[in-house]
This record gives sequence, C-alpha cells and structure tokens, in this order.
Amino acid sequence: MENLINIFVKSIFIENMVFAYFLGMCSYLAVSKSVKTATGLGIAVIFVLAITLPVNYLLENYVLKEGALSWLGAGFADVDLSFLSFIMFIAVIASMVQLVEMIVEKFAPVLYTQLGIFLPLIAVNCAILGGSLFMQQKAFNNIAEATSYGLGSGIGWFLAIVGIAAIREKIQYSHVPAPLRGLGITFIVTGLMGLAFMGFMGIKL
Amino acid sequence: MKAIRNFFEKTKPHVQKGGKYHWLHSTHDAFFTFAFVSKETSKSGTHIHDFIDLKRTMSIVVLALVPALLFGMYNVGYQHFGALGQLGTAGFWDMFLFGLLKVLPIVIVSYVVGLGIEFIFAQFRGHEVNEGFLVSGILIPLVMPVNTPLWMIAIAVAFSVIFGKEVFGGTGMNIWNPALVARAFLFFAYPGQMSGDAVWISASGVETMVDGFTGATPMAMAAAGNTDFNVWNAFIGLIPGSIGETSTVAILIGAVILLITGIGSWKIMLSTVLGGAAMGLLLNAFAGDNVYMALPFWQHLIIGGFAFGAIFMATDPVSAAQTEKGKWIYGFLIGIFAILIRVVNPAYPEGMMLAILLMNTFAPLIDHYVLEGNIKRRLKRAKVNA
Repeated sequence: MENLINIFVKSIFIENMVFAYFLGMCSYLAVSKSVKTATGLGIAVIFVLAITLPVNYLLENYVLKEGALSWLGAGFADVDLSFLSFIMFIAVIASMVQLVEMIVEKFAPVLYTQLGIFLPLIAVNCAILGGSLFMQQKAFNNIAEATSYGLGSGIGWFLAIVGIAAIREKIQYSHVPAPLRGLGITFIVTGLMGLAFMGFMGIKL
Repeated sequence: MKAIRNFFEKTKPHVQKGGKYHWLHSTHDAFFTFAFVSKETSKSGTHIHDFIDLKRTMSIVVLALVPALLFGMYNVGYQHFGALGQLGTAGFWDMFLFGLLKVLPIVIVSYVVGLGIEFIFAQFRGHEVNEGFLVSGILIPLVMPVNTPLWMIAIAVAFSVIFGKEVFGGTGMNIWNPALVARAFLFFAYPGQMSGDAVWISASGVETMVDGFTGATPMAMAAAGNTDFNVWNAFIGLIPGSIGETSTVAILIGAVILLITGIGSWKIMLSTVLGGAAMGLLLNAFAGDNVYMALPFWQHLIIGGFAFGAIFMATDPVSAAQTEKGKWIYGFLIGIFAILIRVVNPAYPEGMMLAILLMNTFAPLIDHYVLEGNIKRRLKRAKVNA
C-alpha cells in the first residue's frame, strides 16, 4: 500500500510529465487558453492514462514480453514479441481515446466542440504513449502499481495544464510586449513553472 | 526644495511632446513623482486617488526591510570574526563596518542593474517607469549568500527583471516574485557557488580558520543529523545564512511595520506560519529515529529563510493569491511545502524559496476556483430569492 502511494505522489510531483519530461507539450500549449477547456482535456487525459496503463500492463506481461506467452504452453516459452509493443500500445490508446470521445460527445457536447481536434489527438499525445513506455521500462510488480502510476501521471499533467491555463487567463490583462503575445509568453511561463517544480526533484521516496 | 522643483519645471518643456528630449519623458516623470506628489489628475476612468501611491507603498516595504539589512551587515562581520576566532577582540563597529563594506556593493549592483533595465524598458516601450524594483532591488541582496560574486548578482538581477517581470509587462503584472526568480536562477545555474558550507561566511583570503569551525547553517547541520544548534542565537540571528534571513527579531520588526501600515497581508503571514507548524507537527509524529523530522515545529520557524519568506516574500501583493479565501489556502500550502521540501528533499537544504515559487505558480488557479465558487454561491442565492 505504501508503495502505491509512493508511486502515485512521485508521478504527480517529482516525475511530472510536463515539467520533468516535457511530454504532451502540443496540447498543453494549444488548449490552455481557458481553465474550463483545460480542465476538460486534463480530465480526459487522466481517464485515458488510468485505463490504458493497466490494459497495456496486461498486454506487456501476458503477450509481448519475452516468455510472456508461456501460459499458452511450453512451446511458447521463448517467444519474444516486444518488437510489437509500440504498435500494440498505440492501438490500445487509440481505441480508448475513441471511447472517451464518444462519452464526451454524448454527455458534454459544448466541451466536445471546444476541444475540437485536440480530443482525437490525445491518441498521439506523447504523455500517454510515454506513460505506457515508462511502465514497460520501470517493470512494475503488479497491475495496481501500473494503475497508480497512470492515475498519478494523469493528475500531474492535469495540474500542469490547469495551472498554466489560469496563468494565461491572468496575463490576458498584462501588458506583454507584442512579439511575445500568445505562444511566446507561454513558453516563458512554462520554463518558469518548470523552475518552480524543480523543488521536488531529488526527493527520494 | 524650491531649487529641485525649479529644475523639474525648467526641464519639462524639453521632454514634452515635440521637445528635443521627448524620449526621456518617462525618466523625467519618474524622478519628478519620486520627489513630489504629482498634481495631475486623471482625465478618464478612476478619479479617486490616494496619497499613498505605489512609490510610497514600496518605500514603506523598503523601510520594513532596513532592520533585517542592518542586522545582516552586523552578522556578516560577526561570522567573519567568528571564523577567525577574534570575537573577543573585535568590537561592534569593527564587525558592522566589515559587513557594510561587504553588503553595500551587492546592494549597489542590484539597484544599478535592475533600475537600468527598468529605465531602458520604460523608454523603449513608452510607458512610465515602474517603481516595483525599489523593493526587489533590496530583497535580492538580502536573500543571497554573502560570498556571491558581484557578476552573478548582476546576471541574476538582469534575468529576473527581464524574464520575471518585463516580459509580462512590468510591475504589477508578473506571476512570480522577481527576487525569488533571481535566487532560484542562481541556485540552479551556479549550484557550486550557491550552496555548501563555505558560501555563508565572508572569509576569503583567510587561511587560518579556527579549529572545528565549519560555517554550516543550522539547516545543513540538521540535515546531517545534528540538531544541537543554539536556539537563542538562531532567534537573534547570529547564525550563518543569507544576508538578511538570519535574524527572526529584525524580521519581526519589519512585520510589525508592514502590519501597522496594512501593506502586508496578515492572512498570508498567519496561514504560512500555521502551515509550517502543522507540517512540522505532522513530521514529528512520523519521525522515528530521524532527528531532522523530530525537530520541534517552532524551531523550523526560526531557522533558515522561513520567517523572511513568510513576511516579505509570500505577502508580495502581485504574485500572491488575490482573493481573501485564496490567501489562506495559498499561505497554508507555502508553509506545508516549505517544511516538506526542507526535511524530505536531500537535494536542497532550504525549501522556502521553492515553496513560494510553486505557490506563485498556482495562485492564479486558486483565485480562479475561489471566484468560481463565489459565482456559484451567489447564483444559488439569487435563484432562491427569485
């Protein structure tokens, strides 16, 4: 149990997807103009990460990894399908995103139009594929750890995008130099947010 | 007085529109309003003005920082002679003058670089000179270790004024406290010169230190498992540390000035202290055999930069949360994160700077949710009445 909480906290603050690895930047920069849409996208990312990670964990450990297929019979003990992991992970992610898209369209049509192209684009959001690949690399012991990691990474990404959305709403009233308006100042803000998040680097849990 | 006014009156035509030196008009304006209260009235928008304008507000904060600055100078000398083992022979003025000569160049560099950049930006962007740097310029020296080279101070000041403030449009628009941006910039850019035990004591060129003298701050000692520092000295401020942060007494004098004039928010100060105390107590409960975690919570409040950050940094009205409820949340989380990073993170001896920067980041979000909550509550009330 303690291990699960450690993984959870670590993936939110210390190994934050945006500020530690700079993953998922495209939608982070593009959809952070208002807190409301950012919240919607953030929740969608949490949802997709929290579902794809356990599914991909099962896939990794029972299909893809070397010797993972041994449950089929002794003859499969040395089959190694890990070269398929990218395409399998992406397939799972894409189908999950499809699911999320249908849910959002049904229950929050306003949010659906606001998010526009960025909702289907979650499928190629590097934070999501990154989550699955980190899961493969970290070799979690059980599915609960993988779920905890996915949920934590999603919440970390959510925090980052709503944080910058609130800042961008605030600096609309600032007198930003004209060449920097829009994306320019957003990059500077992201850098300074990363500076603030560096306080957590180096914590050993 | 008359002569100064005459000078401004005489030079005014030259800097007005069409004058030869029109590009200097904001500089003229800045010095004029610094010396006198302007008689000009607004032509549109707000018509109610208070005599306590931005310049006077800033001056009061600078005034509140003076005790910490003076004590910092004395402490620099005290630590220096302590390192030499000459505490018995060196008098009060020896120590103070030594500190003065060490600290004054840092203050001058900070002001010259920072105000220079402010004036250049004001001329080129055609707005008035912002006076926000009056406070940042004195805060930056106070949070630096005394051995920081002057060129580093200059770089840090330039970085924080340009990227921390001017890109957002100047005073009142920034998201992060410029002084903390400067400190964090140096901390991550030159870690070798900004941490460790040697930077806190000005003893360059001195070969013969007293035996057993290390110059470690109480926090570095505590992180190494030794919490046996002198609590009274930590309260008075006779401990190694950044120039202005050591003396809790001097900082409290500043706090009284800020509170009486109503410039610092008591809500932020109180909630920061409460947050720090709560986290300290929580860590005590889980301490086990870790001596740093077992440190009594009130000792956390007097060592390191906690008091200085809570009084002068967290209360910065621009970068703090601006809603009343938000201030409580903002301050409380600063206290919690400061103690948490300080104790749990072995990479950094001090957490106050990073905790405040982190909460500066999330202050707009806190405000946003407080506002949304208010709107929802009032809508509900309106519906009940209707």
